Amino acid sequence: MIRFAAYVCRRLALALPAVLILSVLIFLLQRMLPGDPALALAGGENVDAQTLGELRHKYGLDLPVYVQYLHWVGGALHGYLGVSMRNDIGVTQLLVGKLGITLQLAFASMMLALAVGIPLGIVAATRCGRIADVLATAFALCGISVPHFWLGILLVLAFCVHLNWFPASGYVPFSEDPLRCAMGFVLPSIVLGTGIAGVLMRHMRSAMLDALSADYVRTARAKGLTETRVVLRHALRNALMPIVTLGAIEFGQLLAGAVLTEQVFSIPGFGKLMVDSVLNRDYQVVQGLVLVSSVMFLLVSLAADMLYFVINPRLRS
Amino acid sequence: MRKLHLLLFAVLLAFTAAQAAAQGVLRIGLVEDPDTLDPTLNRLATGRQPLTALCDKLFDVKPGDLALTPQLATGYEVAKDGRSVTVKLRTGVKFHDGETFDAAALAFNIKRHMTLPGSLRRTELSMVDHVDVVDPSDVRFVLNAPQANLLLYSLAERAGMMVAPQAAQQLGDRFGSQPVCAGEYRFVERVPQGRIVVEKFAGYWHAAHTAGDPDRIEYLPIGDSTVRLSSLRSGQIQIAERLTPTDLPQLAHDPRVKVVSAPDLGYHYIRYNSGNGPRAAIFRDVRVRHAVDLAIDRRVLVKALFNDQYQPGNQFVGPSSPYYDPAHPVPARDVAASRRLLQQAGVAHLTFTLLVPPERERQEAAQMIQAMLAEADITMKIETQEDAVMLQRARRGDFDAIFNFWSGRPHPDGNLYAQYSCNGPTNDSKFCDPAVDQVMVAAREATTDRERQRLYREVNAMLVPDYPSSVLWHRRTFTGVSAKLSGFVPHPDSTIRVKGLHLQP
Repeated sequence: MIRFAAYVCRRLALALPAVLILSVLIFLLQRMLPGDPALALAGGENVDAQTLGELRHKYGLDLPVYVQYLHWVGGALHGYLGVSMRNDIGVTQLLVGKLGITLQLAFASMMLALAVGIPLGIVAATRCGRIADVLATAFALCGISVPHFWLGILLVLAFCVHLNWFPASGYVPFSEDPLRCAMGFVLPSIVLGTGIAGVLMRHMRSAMLDALSADYVRTARAKGLTETRVVLRHALRNALMPIVTLGAIEFGQLLAGAVLTEQVFSIPGFGKLMVDSVLNRDYQVVQGLVLVSSVMFLLVSLAADMLYFVINPRLRS
Repeated sequence: MRKLHLLLFAVLLAFTAAQAAAQGVLRIGLVEDPDTLDPTLNRLATGRQPLTALCDKLFDVKPGDLALTPQLATGYEVAKDGRSVTVKLRTGVKFHDGETFDAAALAFNIKRHMTLPGSLRRTELSMVDHVDVVDPSDVRFVLNAPQANLLLYSLAERAGMMVAPQAAQQLGDRFGSQPVCAGEYRFVERVPQGRIVVEKFAGYWHAAHTAGDPDRIEYLPIGDSTVRLSSLRSGQIQIAERLTPTDLPQLAHDPRVKVVSAPDLGYHYIRYNSGNGPRAAIFRDVRVRHAVDLAIDRRVLVKALFNDQYQPGNQFVGPSSPYYDPAHPVPARDVAASRRLLQQAGVAHLTFTLLVPPERERQEAAQMIQAMLAEADITMKIETQEDAVMLQRARRGDFDAIFNFWSGRPHPDGNLYAQYSCNGPTNDSKFCDPAVDQVMVAAREATTDRERQRLYREVNAMLVPDYPSSVLWHRRTFTGVSAKLSGFVPHPDSTIRVKGLHLQP
């Protein structure tokens, strides 16, 4: 247990400089983008130079870049990430509001991907070269290859316009209407989940094939264990190691927002916010979003490492 | 078992009640997420949609002839010298927080529009010197130039939207996220990029006449037009704003929806850099600009790209506008004349770059124009840049030509002065003709409709042969409306007026 705690502390300590370097990168890369945020904010309106100057002053854009950075980092350490230039809402408030939506979508998609990808991978490996393997591999290939945007539109046309089973777009908070909230996530989760399920299935199949040809599996069979027990108890546990890593990466990416899926289904998550904020040069929002997404990614990676401890006894020793 | 039946019955009842309650909810699909809901700082056309439900204006414009119609004002009187306007205010009007709307509140609003840092209304009210409170229901706008008509039209847009003074002072910078106005609906909540919810305000001054309007409105940003259309067809939303002409055939045989349309004030145009920095060299000669204009076939563009639903144009108002100069109709394509003009200008082979945003309509049009110009031996390169970069490069003069869109204004000055007067703040090509400036100022100060009409026709007649821009087409606004919704009247400014809408169960 002490070894485990020390391991977690060491990982957290390593994450701190990573976040700091990341904050500098986020800030500088933003400033290197062409386009004047004040002009973008005013858009094509008939505004004069005085108004543009006032907008720059209001959002601190007239300060030297290093001063802007220090203000931002100072605020971030106190939980204040600035104000959105587009709608004058606090960035922290904005992100907190969207975090729940992004998490719901990410969890739903990941659950679907795991529920489909892992069993299919196991079936494909245990029925290698047979029809079940071919079908599972074809499913994985389709899941990976089909563009999310296209699949989303097809699902909307079929299940929303013609069958009217699900809402075509939008988000309803769980607190307001749990049923509508759940219904709203079904199609987006299918779109995101099938892609990840395809990836997981291929890796699961490959890892299971390796495990099934290992000596310890042969020994288990020789001992007279049932095939189900050999597969689920012995081979699966070892084959899950790469899946944990892969799952963590995929889940981390989902937490950064699924741009196209959110766009198709008009789900107000991180991805949609990121695209709009970059296009509008809403610096504070982009900085806050990237920072929060990165920290979440680091936390997910840490959680995956911790899971290794649970799955792999060798690490504990 | 009995308990189970009771439970099922209760669930069914709750579901039915929820459905019944939902009948009073109108859902509107917007093309993008509105920006701040502070009328002083709002800039996007989409922002006007919720603001129109939330914030009544002093005046509005009628859908047909764009004439002024009173809203929070009941009338006005222009002084003989045109240097002041006295506006009579409606009495008994309350803001959503219970504060009374009166002359002092109006004066506060105008001062706020003119002095709040970053106000996008300041230039719209540049003719106002100050506001005098005559009595609680009368205010006098004292002007620094006799531009009363221009002021009145500004007060029919966001500059005329009145916010509650106490709330504005208390909320400060946060006002845009919790607006308090005097409109038919009051603000409930906003989930950025998710929805904006407003509900009927019981203390609305016109409540007796709006009893049948929806109880609640949800504005949902749905950026993709295919998804917006699908949401409309599936009944999830009842209004889908700004459909494209290519969407229309899909709806022709769908009994669940109908499409209503009206001429739109917005237009697309190519702006030539004729005087801003070193890159102005290509288009400084009017003959070169004219040559490019002649090589473009506007009718083919409109037919091929927009199913003939838009209107080819060449002036800053559409051909049906009273300010359009009929002496300069939309020109036909003439490749031979284009070549001759280039020869006369001494340009052996014209090559230039057109800045285009990554938007489907303009990308497709740019490609067609590129092919048309190639037939006249003109090489046009297309450079795609996002809006923020385009705006910056336009302001710096870092462009040969730029493919722009302007949403249009009910008063023609909004389409002209800032963009084509010598010192206009958005005159990115630095086009300058003092004679045009003179007529535009005279038009601003005209006191009668007839005189104004004459002068703006004159401005158009002067600008057309100068080709500071090539206006290509004027849009129509297409709005998808559920068959269950009645009372929808399309407006040329594309803003949805929710008054009078009735949603059938």
